[in-house]
Amino acid sequence: MHELAVTENILEIVKTHAERANAKKVTDIFLVIGQLSSIVDDSVQFYWDLMTEETIAEGAKLHFRRLPILIQCKDCKNSYTPQGASLACPLCMSEKITIVQGEEFYLEAIDIDK
Amino acid sequence: MSNRIEIVENIMGANDRLALDNRTRLNASRTFGINFMASPGAGKTSLIEQTVPALKDKFAIGAVDGDIATTIDADRAAAAGAAAVQINTGGECHLDAVMLRQALNQLDLNSLDLLIVENVGNLICPASFALGTHKNILIASIPEGDDKPYKYPNIYRGLDVLVINKIDLLPYIPFQMEYFTKGVEMLNPGLKTFPLSCQSGEGIPEWTTWLEEQVNAFKENTPSP
Repeated sequence: MHELAVTENILEIVKTHAERANAKKVTDIFLVIGQLSSIVDDSVQFYWDLMTEETIAEGAKLHFRRLPILIQCKDCKNSYTPQGASLACPLCMSEKITIVQGEEFYLEAIDIDK
Repeated sequence: MSNRIEIVENIMGANDRLALDNRTRLNASRTFGINFMASPGAGKTSLIEQTVPALKDKFAIGAVDGDIATTIDADRAAAAGAAAVQINTGGECHLDAVMLRQALNQLDLNSLDLLIVENVGNLICPASFALGTHKNILIASIPEGDDKPYKYPNIYRGLDVLVINKIDLLPYIPFQMEYFTKGVEMLNPGLKTFPLSCQSGEGIPEWTTWLEEQVNAFKENTPSP
C-alpha cells in the first residue's frame, strides 16, 4: 500500500537528474528491487502513469529488475536462493544465515532525450 | 538524441535524510525516541498505557499517535499521562519522517525525556520508512500466530527490540514459541525480546526497567547543547 509514496520518491529523483542533464524528455526508468522488498510493480506503474501526466517523464516506461534473495549459510558457507517460506540452509539445515541480497531498492539509471 | 544517465540512488533516500534530521532534533533536545510498530490490535496503545504510568514519575513522556482518522489512541495515551499528539495520516498506511517532523513541531521537545511514536497498525509499510527514532520496536502478539516472521521478514530485519504481547493467551492458542523464535533468530540474530502481557501485567516490569535504563544511558551519552 505504500506504492504511492514510493512512486512520488521515484518521480522526484527522476526530475532532479533529468533537469540536471537538460533533458527534453525522460523515456525509460530502470529500477532495481530485491525480492524481499514488498513492492508491487503494477501498483507503482498505475500511480506512475497518473502522476507523470504533463511532466518531463510523461509516458516514460518503468523497467523493474528483480534481484532474487541470496543467502549465505554461516555454518557451511553454502550460497543459495531459498525455496518456500523457510530461509534455512537446504544443505546443512543451519538457521545461522546472512542475507546477502534481496533488500535492494534503488533507481539505477534513466534514459533521456535531449 | 537518447542518453543513458547512470544514477544508483536509494528510492527511500529523501525519507532517510529527513529521518536523520528528526534524529538530530531528538538528540538536541535529549529526547529518547522509540517507534512502536505492530499489526492492528497487537497492543501498541495498551503497552503505552502500561509504560507511561510506570515511568512518568521519572521522565516527562510524550506520545505521537499515527492513525488513519480517529483520536482514540492519542486520547488513551493522554489519559495515561503522556503529552500526546495525534497524526491522522489521511489513509496512508504508515508514518514517514515528514509526518513525524510535523508532530515534533507540535511538541515541546526540550521538556520531554522520552517520546513514544505509535506507528499505523501494519506489518509491511512502516518497515520501509525510517522515522529517526532511536529504537525500532515491534509488538507481536500471540493471537496473530507464530508464522509472522516468515510472512513479514522485512519488519523483523530492521528491529532493535521485539515485544511479544498477550502471553497470557498461550494456553488457549496453538502458538509454537519455538517455531516463532526460530524465524526471528534467522532474520535478526540475538534480538532483544520481551514476552509480556498488558492484560495480566506479567513481564511489564522487565520491559519498563529496560526502557528506563535505555533513557538514562541515552541522557548520559548525549551532552546538553
